[in-house]
Amino acid sequence: MENGEGVVKKFCYINRKAPYGTIYALESLEVVLIAAAFDQDISLVFADDGVYQLTKGQATEAIGMKNFSKTYSALGDYDIKKIYVEKESLEERGLSAEDLQALKYEDEDDDWAEKDSLFVVERDELAGIIDEQDVILSF
Amino acid sequence: MAILHTVNKSPFERNALESCLRLAKAGSSVLLFEDGVIGAMRNTRFSEKVAQAMDDYSFYVLGPDIQARGLDNDKVIDGIQVVDYNGFVDLTTEHDTVQSWL
Repeated sequence: MENGEGVVKKFCYINRKAPYGTIYALESLEVVLIAAAFDQDISLVFADDGVYQLTKGQATEAIGMKNFSKTYSALGDYDIKKIYVEKESLEERGLSAEDLQALKYEDEDDDWAEKDSLFVVERDELAGIIDEQDVILSF
Repeated sequence: MAILHTVNKSPFERNALESCLRLAKAGSSVLLFEDGVIGAMRNTRFSEKVAQAMDDYSFYVLGPDIQARGLDNDKVIDGIQVVDYNGFVDLTTEHDTVQSWL
């Protein structure tokens, strides 16, 4: 129990699909934003083709779909500050951290200093992060 | 003029591209679109396989699907032609048949 209000569990959203080709990426984002309202301990994981969700410079005008990639930069305002990207998934796609959006949050315990919320982590570390979760949702 | 094979799945996610390259006859054309554009990018685990297949096939990739995913036309494997939707339509009319590898 926290503040006598409710149980806080560790929620993890695992994202493994490229955006736009299927609805998974957008649906995941919607669910994450809803869940954020319930003050849970949230982590987002991007692995496999899910790493393409976070690329910068997405331009969807020509395919006639909504560009939801800008929403990721708002996650910090929802107190979502643990976003993990698997390093090996980037590498086997010829991508690096520079190809991704720089995601930040403002730390209220540190005079609202802007801090990184996106972490590129190696496979072993990611396995440990997933292993310590209470609830895992897969997209 | 031969068959236009289309692939709209990521090679990391499905084996549609590999099946296409295994079963399409030499001289055919291959168009990568939607998540299939990932197969057209340089420096991926599949780039070499696609580059080798260019000996047998003419490769095309749909530009709008590259840009939507934050990828760059400049990072497309050399020799793959980037087309727009009009180019897609032209390809379908120029070929006898379209085979979609779903």
